[in-house]
Amino acid sequence: MRYLPHTPQDRAEMLARIGAANINELFKDVPADALLNERLDLPMAASEMAVERQLSAMAAMNTAAGTVPFFIGCGAYRHHVPATVDHLIQRSEFLTAYTPYQPEISQGTLQVLFEFQTQVAALTGMDVANASMYDGSTAAAEAVMMAARVTRRQRTVLSGNLHPHYRDVILTNGTYTGEAFVKNSPQVTDDEDLAAQVDDQTAAVVVQNPDVFGNLRDLTPLAEAVHAKGALLIVVVTETVSLGMVKSPGAMGADIVVAEGQSIGNGLNFGGPYVGLFATRQKYVRQMPGRLCGETTDADGKRGYVLTLSTREQHIRREKATSNICTNSGLCALAFSIHMTLLGEKGLRHLAALNHAGAVALAESLSEVPGVELMTERFFNEFTLRLPKEAQEVVEALTEKGILGGVRMSRLFPGDDTMDTLVTIAVTETNTPEDFAAYRKALEEVLS
Amino acid sequence: MNRQGRPTQPVASSAPEGLTTFSGNKGLQLEEALIFEIGTTQTTGVDLADLPANAKSRIGDLARTDEIGLPGLTEPETMRHYVRLSQKNYAIDSGIYPLGSCTMKHNPRLNEKMARLPGFSDIHPMQPQSTVQGALELIDTLAHWLKVITGMPAVAMSPKAGAHGELCGLMAIRACLEARGDARVRVLVPESAHGTNPATAAACGYKVDTIPATEEGRVDLEALKAKLGDDVAALMLTNPNTCGLFERDIIEICEAVHGAGALVYCDGANLNAIMGKVRPGDLGIDAMHINLHKTFSTPHGGGGPGAGPVVLSETLAPFAPLPFVVVTDGTFSLAEYAPEAEAHGAQPFGRLTAFHGQMGMFVRALSFMMSHGSDGIAQAAEDAVLNANYIMASLKDIMTASFEGPCMHEALFDDRFLKDTDVTTLDMAKAMIDEGMHPMTMYFPLVVHGAMLIEPTESESKQTLDAFISTMRQLVEAAKAGETERFTGAPHFAPMKRLDETAAARKPVLRWTPEENASHSAAAE
Repeated sequence: MRYLPHTPQDRAEMLARIGAANINELFKDVPADALLNERLDLPMAASEMAVERQLSAMAAMNTAAGTVPFFIGCGAYRHHVPATVDHLIQRSEFLTAYTPYQPEISQGTLQVLFEFQTQVAALTGMDVANASMYDGSTAAAEAVMMAARVTRRQRTVLSGNLHPHYRDVILTNGTYTGEAFVKNSPQVTDDEDLAAQVDDQTAAVVVQNPDVFGNLRDLTPLAEAVHAKGALLIVVVTETVSLGMVKSPGAMGADIVVAEGQSIGNGLNFGGPYVGLFATRQKYVRQMPGRLCGETTDADGKRGYVLTLSTREQHIRREKATSNICTNSGLCALAFSIHMTLLGEKGLRHLAALNHAGAVALAESLSEVPGVELMTERFFNEFTLRLPKEAQEVVEALTEKGILGGVRMSRLFPGDDTMDTLVTIAVTETNTPEDFAAYRKALEEVLS
Repeated sequence: MNRQGRPTQPVASSAPEGLTTFSGNKGLQLEEALIFEIGTTQTTGVDLADLPANAKSRIGDLARTDEIGLPGLTEPETMRHYVRLSQKNYAIDSGIYPLGSCTMKHNPRLNEKMARLPGFSDIHPMQPQSTVQGALELIDTLAHWLKVITGMPAVAMSPKAGAHGELCGLMAIRACLEARGDARVRVLVPESAHGTNPATAAACGYKVDTIPATEEGRVDLEALKAKLGDDVAALMLTNPNTCGLFERDIIEICEAVHGAGALVYCDGANLNAIMGKVRPGDLGIDAMHINLHKTFSTPHGGGGPGAGPVVLSETLAPFAPLPFVVVTDGTFSLAEYAPEAEAHGAQPFGRLTAFHGQMGMFVRALSFMMSHGSDGIAQAAEDAVLNANYIMASLKDIMTASFEGPCMHEALFDDRFLKDTDVTTLDMAKAMIDEGMHPMTMYFPLVVHGAMLIEPTESESKQTLDAFISTMRQLVEAAKAGETERFTGAPHFAPMKRLDETAAARKPVLRWTPEENASHSAAAE
């Protein structure tokens, strides 16, 4: 087996040094009945070429986004990732290192995390950010738990226009912790009145911007109402590129910002691995979940970085920790940070503007198709249409024509018949004018 | 005579005492500033299309007008910044990385190549399911391998990491007990457990009750039985345990727990020692997470992303979270919502993540497993155990092994052998850095004093192990001979000296600020 260095002679010599007659003597603590005498019922070892052949055949059964006009978003977005990013994250020293427990030989990873934390804090308009979470949805659940710790309250108001998978992750995490949740129904056009639902028992309000339909809202009045009751405003962002163009959650008064960072530096990967961004105000630092990297000096007074404030974490605090999280999403955070460095502020703003311009152009074009109505007035790169037919039928017909035309909202909100004719469409810089024309033509055909 | 360009001849010399360089660099060891100090907000390393001339805005008064503060670098500067940073990291590809509990094994690049096939990497989690049949098949195939390896009937694929898997397993247990109308309040956790175990139990609303270890480093069966009662929901144990030992009473332990109406959660962090040798399903385990990044070598990536699928017993299988893959007449689909799941007889406890799990890690893990095959998987476990025992056998005469062997895939020592020296476990670890090795896990598990947990994995050759053993012996002898400065000031030769972690925690600086830039440049002058 190509990954195993020992020869039979090595093994024999090593057993002799140990003083064991055979390998199974080392497994003598395993109950005799449980020790397997036969091979597992699985294929035998395979060559590199054989594995590549089998897996490539499976991959070929999927429609890669880059091969068709592609307009799917709703929490994951297809952006161009520069070749430099993928090269750098495959450097052995980043790829095959682990958590920087020994800072003297991990300054590469640690400095990247310090730079990442600073980038995320700047992007979200907050004071501090952690070294990343698993993804946006788990970061949202952690934010809800953190708000309960900060406020010592247990009631959370969830916007109806929160991505329903995020809502479900929050609800699942809160199942056994005594939290109470106020749920709202999704409303594609109406500005829901969340402020009215905040009382002096409320820990937090969770709202997504842009929301799951693509709507952008000014959250400043909501933040004021939330703060007036001593609660926290948690803002969820699933399309991080929007922060290059839209007023930051921090500037609107958010107390905790969680985001899905996949859009920057990370591919679609069928849903993971992604990278959760988590940022908050300085005063709440010690209630944050997850790893934190901090600056310090070494014995010679030279600037360096270490993991810090670990007394919040499970390996020290055990059942009293702020979270059970152990890893972060290190390599995805690295990809995010490298791509963000390549973009710089100038590049990010331009990227965001391209996304927005494309989305506006497609939205206006498609809403000229008879019977189609644009439901989102103010949006970034994702918008929702009401169709004259069931969206499921339309999306399937578009797929037949080789266009992956968006997410039917009946998939995200099953059982809610107000969603049946809605489709949510995302546009990024990867879409071309030809893609737009193909979509328009196909939609006209499907609806005619 | 002009000797320019002629071959050099070495002149024997060591650097004069106190010699420093003007740049701060030391040969190949290059200093690197922060991006905030070398980049500008107006620099970019990407070329993007021009905006269309007739571009319209629908942002209104929500446009971002403040300066964000994100520096950019050009592409060559970016490349250099991150390559220089990478060179400050130790990694598996550099040398032995015997970090106990972490299974730092070789990361084959075939796995990276497979995960980057556009048919896996460039597909969206919300694509119509007819366009991702191969992806769903891959998840189903990986699930099959995991079930066969563990001898368990079901697996929940979506957890994003080991600790997330623990949450999944405990939520399934709690949902199962509540469905029986038998809510319970306590979870038993051995004192040697990973910190994630009690933290997870607390996140599921349970009270944590610690059970002591025996003199032999194993769960005390009698103490366990004494703690069992009708308010105990589960036992969370690690097997092989964190002392590197197989819990030889495991069958009696599971029977006792089941006899009390509770369930057994196994932390699968140490699956590497037993895959292909023992199946947890044959021992009475009800749920166990599998760290794909450890056992199946999806890379550790400097601290994630991981992946933590959870295998489940018949009892717990119906409670697995959404979404899950369903196969009907050769067609794959996803059950994403409770009604779809209920149609398949399931009672999912909820949803743990936005999408379907760590697909990129699934591809890598399956590539790794297929490469090994059933024969290679068992061989890898045997070699991992052989290597740990070889280290134990070669060092136990001069270091103190905490427990009687044989061990499984990690060898645990404590600091008794350092008793009459001024050297601590931490000092020993830092001296290992000087020797060009990554230290072992230190001060864990907590059940022994000054723990040193060495996990070599199956990837290390006999030659590498012999070199490691030889260096360790010399270090131990130096410590015992009173060469204290070698240890207490270590590392002497790493890119950094020991860092002040206390100061970092006392006054946390968690981000760069322009003020820091000013003070840092002032200090440099």
